[in-house]
Amino acid sequence: MVGKDINLKRRSVVKQIVDNRKAAKIITGLGSPTYDVFDAGDNDSNFYLWGAMGGAAMVGLGLAMANPNLPVIVITGDGEQLMGVGSLATIGVQKPNNLSIIVLDNGYYGETGMQKSHTSFGVDLHKIAKASNFKHSFSVKSDNDLNNLIDYLPPIDGPIFANIKVEPQLPPRSLPILDGVELKNRFRKNLNLKAL
Amino acid sequence: MITDNNWEKNLFDIIKKHKINFLPYVPDAGHAKLISLSEEDQSIKPIVLSTEEEGVAFSGGCWLGGKKSVLLMQSSGVGNCINMLSLLSNCNFPFVTLITMRGEFGEFNSWQVPMGKATQGCLENMGVVVHKATNPIDVISFTDAALYSAFSSDQQIAVLLSQRLLGRKEW
Repeated sequence: MVGKDINLKRRSVVKQIVDNRKAAKIITGLGSPTYDVFDAGDNDSNFYLWGAMGGAAMVGLGLAMANPNLPVIVITGDGEQLMGVGSLATIGVQKPNNLSIIVLDNGYYGETGMQKSHTSFGVDLHKIAKASNFKHSFSVKSDNDLNNLIDYLPPIDGPIFANIKVEPQLPPRSLPILDGVELKNRFRKNLNLKAL
Repeated sequence: MITDNNWEKNLFDIIKKHKINFLPYVPDAGHAKLISLSEEDQSIKPIVLSTEEEGVAFSGGCWLGGKKSVLLMQSSGVGNCINMLSLLSNCNFPFVTLITMRGEFGEFNSWQVPMGKATQGCLENMGVVVHKATNPIDVISFTDAALYSAFSSDQQIAVLLSQRLLGRKEW
């Protein structure tokens, strides 16, 4: 079993990242990462994706490039990032220093019944990010690795990528609002942007 | 004055007039002038994409941060965008894309034809309003209207640039 040497738990990992976000905006990829971030504490500066699989990193890039002084953290899963794997190359071209992409890699598609993803077969997103010219790319497998990553958050010296190996567990679902318009409007209001 | 040979420059000026910040693109010969003009301009940044749906998600993120983008792609790229367009309709993100057509008028490459035929239907099925421009005057006025409507009333609008406008690709 791929997860046998892994003892990081996704909810605890996400809680530590969220607790150290400071002024960072957080974009989440669909499925468990959305629930994990919501469970760590809802916030108008969170934008949760419930669909648009493969799009989380690019939503993050758009936000980061729109506001170069605003730190942006994308928290997503291995399956979601694999669907948008080309976006790592696109980010590697733009190199925004205020963007961090964090993948919670449990090696499985959790929402659909725990089918193995590519990362269970040895595909390494950390190496893909590194080869895509991210300024820093981390492979996180222990509490020490996680503490080291948190020192780089919120991102000011990015782009930063982190692939965090987490146990393949399915914590109880913790569901934020589904209404995309409300999520958009509260996020923009928090940046003093008008609703429409 | 709008003439056949300067419509690309006029199109760029309209995009600038609407204070567009980013032009995410997957290149097409029909967009080449627009991309090179943006590369020389400090106020508008071209963003090269690895696939078109990245530009849909980028546009949403950009608007979350209060900035505007216009996605440039070829009709074949519309098929790549279909599910990502759900992000725009769910959140009512304003969105404008300029799409150069293949497979619809004087096409030599049969591989371009299926997606060329399906482009308008795919967009409309996903809730995107489609304006189809076949001459230089329409390109400018349709794009002007699309940019105004999208960013003032949260709509998703595509302007299709016909092969009749771009000219037949000769091989």
